[in-house]
Amino acid sequence: MKSTIALVDGNNFYVSCERVFNPALHRRPVVVLSNNDGCVVSRSNEAKALGIKMGVPFFEIRSFVKSHGLRWLSSNYALYGDMSSRMMALLGEFAPRQEIYSIDECFLDFTGMPEKTSDYGRSIRSRVRQYLGITTCTGVGASKTLAKLANHVAKTHPQHQGVFDWEELSATEQNTLMATLDVGEIWGIGRRLSPQLQAMGIRTVLDMKHANATQLRKRFSVVLQRTVAELNGESCMGLEDIAGRKSQILASRSFGRPVTALHELREAACSHIIRAAERLRAQQSSCSQVTVFMHTNKFRNDDPQYNPAALVPLTTATDDTRRLIAAAVSGLEGIYRPGYRYKKIGVMLTGLQPAHAVQEDFFCALERPRATRLMTAMDRINRIYGMNTATFAGAGVNQPWRMQTAQKSPSYTTSWNELPRAG
Amino acid sequence: MNPANTPSRKSSPSRRIPIGVPLSPALNPDRQALPLGACRVTAGFPSPATDHIEQRLDLSEYLVLHPEATFFLRVKGDSMTGAGIHHGDLLIVDRSLSPASGRVVVAALNGELTVKRLQRSRGKLTLKAENPAYPDIAVNDEHEFQIWGVVAHVVHTP
Repeated sequence: MKSTIALVDGNNFYVSCERVFNPALHRRPVVVLSNNDGCVVSRSNEAKALGIKMGVPFFEIRSFVKSHGLRWLSSNYALYGDMSSRMMALLGEFAPRQEIYSIDECFLDFTGMPEKTSDYGRSIRSRVRQYLGITTCTGVGASKTLAKLANHVAKTHPQHQGVFDWEELSATEQNTLMATLDVGEIWGIGRRLSPQLQAMGIRTVLDMKHANATQLRKRFSVVLQRTVAELNGESCMGLEDIAGRKSQILASRSFGRPVTALHELREAACSHIIRAAERLRAQQSSCSQVTVFMHTNKFRNDDPQYNPAALVPLTTATDDTRRLIAAAVSGLEGIYRPGYRYKKIGVMLTGLQPAHAVQEDFFCALERPRATRLMTAMDRINRIYGMNTATFAGAGVNQPWRMQTAQKSPSYTTSWNELPRAG
Repeated sequence: MNPANTPSRKSSPSRRIPIGVPLSPALNPDRQALPLGACRVTAGFPSPATDHIEQRLDLSEYLVLHPEATFFLRVKGDSMTGAGIHHGDLLIVDRSLSPASGRVVVAALNGELTVKRLQRSRGKLTLKAENPAYPDIAVNDEHEFQIWGVVAHVVHTP
């Protein structure tokens, strides 16, 4: 059967989440900044209208604060994560299969659905808007690539009111529309590939649809050959059901300022391990390797550069934060060199396996049940009373290296102490 | 789920329950409250209640019917005391409910969230306080106004 795939996403997702709980942000330009308040990662339509581009450094647009009443916020991932999981749960009710693709978008399988998909897209839109206060756009097509592109059309052509399905156009109309869309709008093409394609005369989506797939495969990769097939309505990439256990867990963050001292790096590594280990236990895995990596700021040409990494194998797989911290710290101490200004440190847990299948060794077997009880108790306390209520001193208290989130909104939906107020 | 954390009806009475007591039995976010009567017996007769173990009541099951659409808000001020809503109370707001006339709602009014009783008559919307010290607000085009959600329950600590 021919596939029908929808891509649904939340518009201006981070800004929309902020607006739900702070109505004063409506009808004015608003941006959310990346970690460390560096770059713009989400914009309201009013901010887009000012010409503010995605990814621009905040200092370039700071003057809009005075001149146009621009409001800016630090990113509040506790809020976006919770709103995302609510939205995904609601969207999942609209189709038998769902693939959560990112924090604000998912694919839904509409194959064989009797209803008119655009009506269906509109009921999704009104449901999510009412329940969560977030506006969605839906794009529908015979493949994931077409669904992504349809979503772009739904967003940029207001006459579709946020829902667009290729199948509601005739073949000629489809081609006419595709001829107006830049090749860079195709999923997976982006800024890197589009100049090369344009040099080959492939400028629009229609050019790509009619391109010689075999030639593209030879010149680039099988991925582009698949893209061409997908643009022609042949579904080559199925929906991946909700990702099961992750095969690696990464936790890393840039510092709020350059860090040089070992003790600060140690605190940061600990604090990343604590988060990574929580995620590890949440998916009931243990890990057998810990990697620590750090880097200096590659944009500072006059700074000496150093980007080391250390992999520390564990004798037996574990999910005990204490053992993981010890491993990370020993790795860090091995690679640390004074005299560098570090910008970022991260940890990665690999060699993941189901926690219950861990091969015991004689000494650990004695210690293990106690460790499990301790970790379970800590996770519980932190779930109920908020993140880091019970934590490890190694992560430091004041954490002066932490990134700045000068304008972070409250954790409206995940902390009893920060609930929104109604007068 | 780790089977060790979910004591089943059939588990032998002498088995120890690992990490037993939920820290907060009501409104427990992970809803893993232990079954009523699952007690720890290490010797002697098994508890006669073992055959009658049922799930302990979970307050969020009663208060939160649509978890995705439900948000908690804190009351500020005394404009709704007549409706039994006091400063500091917890509002359980269910956005999936339709804001019928007469219901207590949270509304976004001129950039702030406010809790009032909604009244619809002849196409006009009024937000009524339940305290004579506060005037009614007749919603008009000058207002930036949106109904945010319907108050399903109020949690009050006397």
